[in-house]
Amino acid sequence: MTDAPETYSALDEVAQPRVRRSRLQKAWIALKGAPLTAWFGMIVIAIYMVVALLAPLIAPYGEADSSFGAYLPWGDGHVFGTDQIGRDIFSRLIYGARNTIGIAVVTTLLAFLVGGGLGLAAAISRGWVDQFLARAIDVLMAIPSLIFALMLLSIFGSSVWSLVVIIALLDSTRVFRLTRAVAMNVAVMEYVEAARLRGEGLGWVMRREILPNIMPPLVAEFGLRFCFVFLTIAALSFLGVGIQPPTADWGSMVRENASLIQFAQYDLKAGITPLLPAGAIALLTIAVNFVVDWFLIKTSGLRDEV
Amino acid sequence: MHPILATVLQRLGLGLLTLFLVSIIIFSAIEFLPGDFTEAVLGQSATEETVAAFRRELGLDQPAYVRYIDWIGSVAQGDLGQSFSGRASSGIDRSRSVAELIAPRLSNTLFLAGMTAIVAVPLALILGVTAALWRGGIYDRVVNAVTLSTISMPEFLVAYLLILFLATLNPIFPSLADVTSATPFWERVTKCALPCLTLTLVIVAHMMRMTRAAIINLLASPYIEMARLKGLKPSTVILRHALPNAWAPIANVVAFNLAYLVVGVVVVEVVFVYPGVGQLMVDAVTSRDIPVVQACALIFAGTYILLNLTADIVSIATNPRLLHPR
Amino acid sequence: MADDLLLDMRDVVIDGFSDERWHPIVRGVSLTLRRGEVLGLIGESGAGKSTLGLAAMGFARPGCRLTSGRIVFDGIDLMTASETKRQALRGSRIAYVAQSAAAAFNPAHRLIDQTVEATLAHGLRPEAEAVEDAKALYAAMKLPEPNTIGFRYPHQVSGGQLQRAMTAMAMSARPDLIIFDEPTTALDVTTQVNVLAAMKEAVERFDTAAIYITHDLAVVAQMADRIKVLRHGREIEEAETAEMLARPKDPYTRSLWAVRSIEKPARAASEPILEIAGVTAAYGSKPVLHDVTIRVPKGRTIAVVGESGSGKSTTARVVTGLLPPIEGTVRFDGAGLPPALKGRSKEQLRRIQMIYQMADTAMNPRHRVSEIIGRPLTFYRGLKGRAREEEVTRLLKLIELDESFADRLPGELSGGQKQRICIARALAAEPDLVICDEVTSALDQVVQEGILKLLMRLQEELGVTYIFITHDIATVRAIADEIVVMHQGRVVEQGPKDDILSPPHPDYTALLLASVPTMEPGWLEGAVIRQSALHAPD
Repeated sequence: MTDAPETYSALDEVAQPRVRRSRLQKAWIALKGAPLTAWFGMIVIAIYMVVALLAPLIAPYGEADSSFGAYLPWGDGHVFGTDQIGRDIFSRLIYGARNTIGIAVVTTLLAFLVGGGLGLAAAISRGWVDQFLARAIDVLMAIPSLIFALMLLSIFGSSVWSLVVIIALLDSTRVFRLTRAVAMNVAVMEYVEAARLRGEGLGWVMRREILPNIMPPLVAEFGLRFCFVFLTIAALSFLGVGIQPPTADWGSMVRENASLIQFAQYDLKAGITPLLPAGAIALLTIAVNFVVDWFLIKTSGLRDEV
Repeated sequence: MHPILATVLQRLGLGLLTLFLVSIIIFSAIEFLPGDFTEAVLGQSATEETVAAFRRELGLDQPAYVRYIDWIGSVAQGDLGQSFSGRASSGIDRSRSVAELIAPRLSNTLFLAGMTAIVAVPLALILGVTAALWRGGIYDRVVNAVTLSTISMPEFLVAYLLILFLATLNPIFPSLADVTSATPFWERVTKCALPCLTLTLVIVAHMMRMTRAAIINLLASPYIEMARLKGLKPSTVILRHALPNAWAPIANVVAFNLAYLVVGVVVVEVVFVYPGVGQLMVDAVTSRDIPVVQACALIFAGTYILLNLTADIVSIATNPRLLHPR
Repeated sequence: MADDLLLDMRDVVIDGFSDERWHPIVRGVSLTLRRGEVLGLIGESGAGKSTLGLAAMGFARPGCRLTSGRIVFDGIDLMTASETKRQALRGSRIAYVAQSAAAAFNPAHRLIDQTVEATLAHGLRPEAEAVEDAKALYAAMKLPEPNTIGFRYPHQVSGGQLQRAMTAMAMSARPDLIIFDEPTTALDVTTQVNVLAAMKEAVERFDTAAIYITHDLAVVAQMADRIKVLRHGREIEEAETAEMLARPKDPYTRSLWAVRSIEKPARAASEPILEIAGVTAAYGSKPVLHDVTIRVPKGRTIAVVGESGSGKSTTARVVTGLLPPIEGTVRFDGAGLPPALKGRSKEQLRRIQMIYQMADTAMNPRHRVSEIIGRPLTFYRGLKGRAREEEVTRLLKLIELDESFADRLPGELSGGQKQRICIARALAAEPDLVICDEVTSALDQVVQEGILKLLMRLQEELGVTYIFITHDIATVRAIADEIVVMHQGRVVEQGPKDDILSPPHPDYTALLLASVPTMEPGWLEGAVIRQSALHAPD
C-alpha cells in the first residue's frame, strides 16, 4: 500500500481483483446465490414451458373434444371434471397454457420489436423525429390501455391476430418510453461520443455501443411487460372480447365456468373449478415477478457477475 | 404573472390539447369500421333506403372534419349521439340516446370508485410510509412479498376468491352487486362491499409499493441527513423536513393509482354484475355499438387526463422553486 | 494538557455494507483534538475521511456501522451513549458543514429558519435572540445584505453564499466542534478563497475546534494546525502543519506533492497546426463562446485554463466538430476543417483525437481492452487478425502496460490504467492533435503524475500536439508550453507559459492566479487582500 513514487508502476496499480470465469460458471455462481423466491419462480416457469410445448402429449383429451357429459364431477377419468358443454377441464388447462402463454409471448415480442426499435432510434437521432414520437406517444398513453384495447376490438373484431396486434401496439408505447429513457442515458456517455468522433455509423453505434449496455433493464422490462400483456389478454378474454371459443384459454375458461362458484357450499371441488385457470395465471405472473425482482437487484448491484 | 400561475396555465393548456387529440383518436374509430358494418347493425335484410338513411344520420356523406366538429360540438352539450342497438332492418328506430344509457351507470361507477378511494388511499399511504421507515425489517419484507403477489394476480381471481370465502362459503356479503337507482344508501354500501374490497386490495398493493419507493428516495436526500446531524428528533425530521417535499411524489402516486382504478373497475363490474359504465362498455364492445364505446372511452380517457393533470398541478403548487421565484 | 482534550477517538473501525456483506471502510484510526484546534484530514477518494468525520458525531450513514473503538467527546463516550444523548450533542455542541450546500439545505424552508433550527430545537436561546445572532453571523461570514438574506430560500442565493450560510448555521449554536466535510470542493477556485477565509476567521473568533476534511493539500495547509493523512481507511502519518509540509515522512505523503514537483521548460513556438479564428458558438439560443481565437503550435502542449463556464470544453467540442460554430473558422494543418462532424473525412477525423476526464465513462464497459484499442486500428488503418493483435500489444507496451491487459474489461482496471487505455485508443489512430479534457483531474495525485509523465514522453517520441484543458494551475506549470486563459466564453490572453505566469497580468488572469491556494503559510490572508482589489465573485 505504500509504493514509493520512485518505484511507481502502472502495471502494479491495484485494480479490482479478478478471477476470469466462463459464462456458464458465472451463471452457476449467480444461480447458487439466488434467493428461494427466485428459485421458485424459475422452476414454475420451467414447468409451464414444458407443459406449453408438450401440450398434445400430456393432455388426456383433445382441446375441443366435447363428447363427454356436461358438468361431470372431479375424478372418474376427468381429473377436474368437465365444463358446461362437456369438455375435459384438465386437458383444456394444458392446452390453455400453450395458447395463453404463446399469444402473450408473441404479443410481447412484437411490442418490443416496435417499441424498442423506435425508442432506440429516437434516443440516438434526437431532433424532431424524437420529439414527434415522444409527443405522439404521450397522447396515446393518455387513454388507459384496457379502454383503448376495448375500443379497437369493437372496431376490428376479436380475432387472435387483431388481439395480438392491438395489444402489442398499445404496449409498445411503454416499451418505447423505457427504451428511449435508458438508451438516452447511454447515448450521452462519452464512449458513444468517442465512437461518433471516430466516424462510426449509426448502425454500429446502436448495435455495438448502446444495445449491450441497455440489455439488463430491457430484459427485466420484458418480464414485466409479459406479465402485463398476459394479464391484459386474460382480462379481455374473461370479458368475452379476447380469445374466442373453441380455443382453450385461461381467461375465457374462468368466464365459462364462473357460475360453478355458487355451488361451493355443496361441492367445494366444483366451486373452485373456475379458480383453477385463474390460479394458473396468477402463479405464472408471480413466478415471473419473483425472477425479475431478483434479476433487477442482481444487475443493479453486482454488474460484473451478470 | 406569478410563475406558478403561468406553469399551471401551461399545464391546463397542455391537458386540453391532449384531450382534443384524444377526442380525435376516439372519433376516428368510426372511420376504420369495415364497409359492411351497416349490415351488422341493421340486419341483412335492411333495405337500401334504410341503409342510406342510416348513413345519412351518421353523416358518412360529409367530410370527416365536418362530422368531427358536429360530434365534438354535441358532446360538449352533453349529447353523445344515438346508440346503434334497437335499430331494425325495417328502418324502425327504437334506439336510445347514449347519454340516457350512460348517466345512471356513470353515477354507479363513480360511487364504487369513490368508495374504494376513500378506503384505499389512506391505507396505502400509511402502509407505504411505515414500510419505508422500517425498511429491511420483517414487517417491510412481509408487506413487500404480499403486495408483489397481489399485483401478480388478475383482478378476477381476487374477486372470485373473495366471493368464494366471503359470499359462498361464509355468506357475509352478497356476491351480486345488482343495485338500482332505488337501492337505499346502506344497502348499496353492503352490495358494493366485495367489489370495493377487490379493488382496494389491488390498488393498495400498487400504491403502497410506489409510496414506499418515493419515501425511501426522499429520505436519502442530503438535507435529511443534515437535519439528523442537527440533532433533531426523528418526528421533526419527518414532519418538518421530509413532508413538505413529499407532496409532489405522493400526489403522483395517488393520481397514478386512481387512474389505474378507473381501468380496474371494468373487470370488477363484470364479475359482480354491477351496473356501471365499465360493464356497459364491455356489452357495447360485444355488440359493436360504436357510439356507446366512443362515449365510454371518452369518459375514461377524460378522467385519466384529469387525474394526471391534478397531480401535475399539486407538484407545481408545492414546488418551493416555483413558489418563491428568484 | 489533558484538560483541554475535546475529542478522543481510539482504534475506530467502521464497516460499510455492500455486495451482501460488511467491508471495513475505516480500519482502526485514532485521533485527538484539543479545544480550539483545527485538524486537517487529508486523503484521496475512498480513504474513509468523511466516514471518520461523521463518526466524530457518533453518526454512521445508512449502510454503515460503527464497529469498534472508542469515541469520547468531552468525557461522553459516543459509542455507548444512547441515541437521545447523541442527538442532544449534534447541532448543539458538534456541528456539521456539508460538501454540497445546495443539496444540504432543505429547499422548502427559508435560510434563517434553517440557520437557527438546531439552536431552537436544543433550547439554547430564545428565538428572537437566535435570529439576531444569525444576522450577525451572516455579516461575519461577509454575506451581502446580512439582515435580509436569511429570508430567502436556498435556490435564491448562489453556491458560494450558501456555503457561507451553512457555516453560519453550524456556528449558530456556538458548538465546541465543527466538522467541515470538503466544504469548498464544489466551488470555483476564485469563489473558494473568500469562503475559506470567512470560515477560518469564524473558527478563530469563536475559538471553535474543527476537523477539516479535504483532498486538497494546499487548502488544508491554509486551514489546519495539524494534518493527518489517511489512505484506504488507515492513518499514514500525522504532524503539525509546518512540519508536515516541510518534512513529510511517508513516501505516500511525499507522493501527494508529486505533480507540483514536475517542472518542464517551455519550448519556443512552432508553426501552427490548428488555428481557431473568431469562433462564436451557442447551445441552442444560449451563447457560450464569443469570438474565440486560438493558435495551436505544432508538436507543443497548449494549456487552456479557466473555471467552470469559461467555455474551455466547448472550444474542444468546436474543434472536434460536435458543435459547429455560428461564426468563425477552424483551420487544421493549413486547410479549412468542415464545421460539422458529418462533413469531415475519415482522414480528418483520424488526425484529431480526444481523451476524456472520466475514463470510466469514456470506455464502453462491455468491450474488452483489445476491442477498445483495436477498433480504431481496424477502422482507420484496416488492421485485422494477427497484425491487429500485435499492434494492440505494441500500444499497450507504449503506455507501460503489457499484453495481459488485452483481455480485460474496463471494470477490471484501476483509474490510472483506464486513463492509459484511453490514451492508447487515441494513439492507435496515429493522430497529429490530441485534445486532453481534464484528463488528470479525476485521478489521485500519484497516478496524475504518472499520466502526465507518460503524455510528455509520448510527445517527445511521436511529436503529437496536445490541447490540454484544465482548471488546475499546478498541472499547467507541469506540462504546458503555451497557455490560453478563458473566462465566460472569451479568451483573456494567450502566450508562452512564462509570459502568462509572470506579471503583469490582465485582471482576470491575476485573479485566477491569486486564487489558487499554495502551501505557503499565511497565503490565505494575503490572497483575500489581493482579491479584494480584483473584484472577486461570491
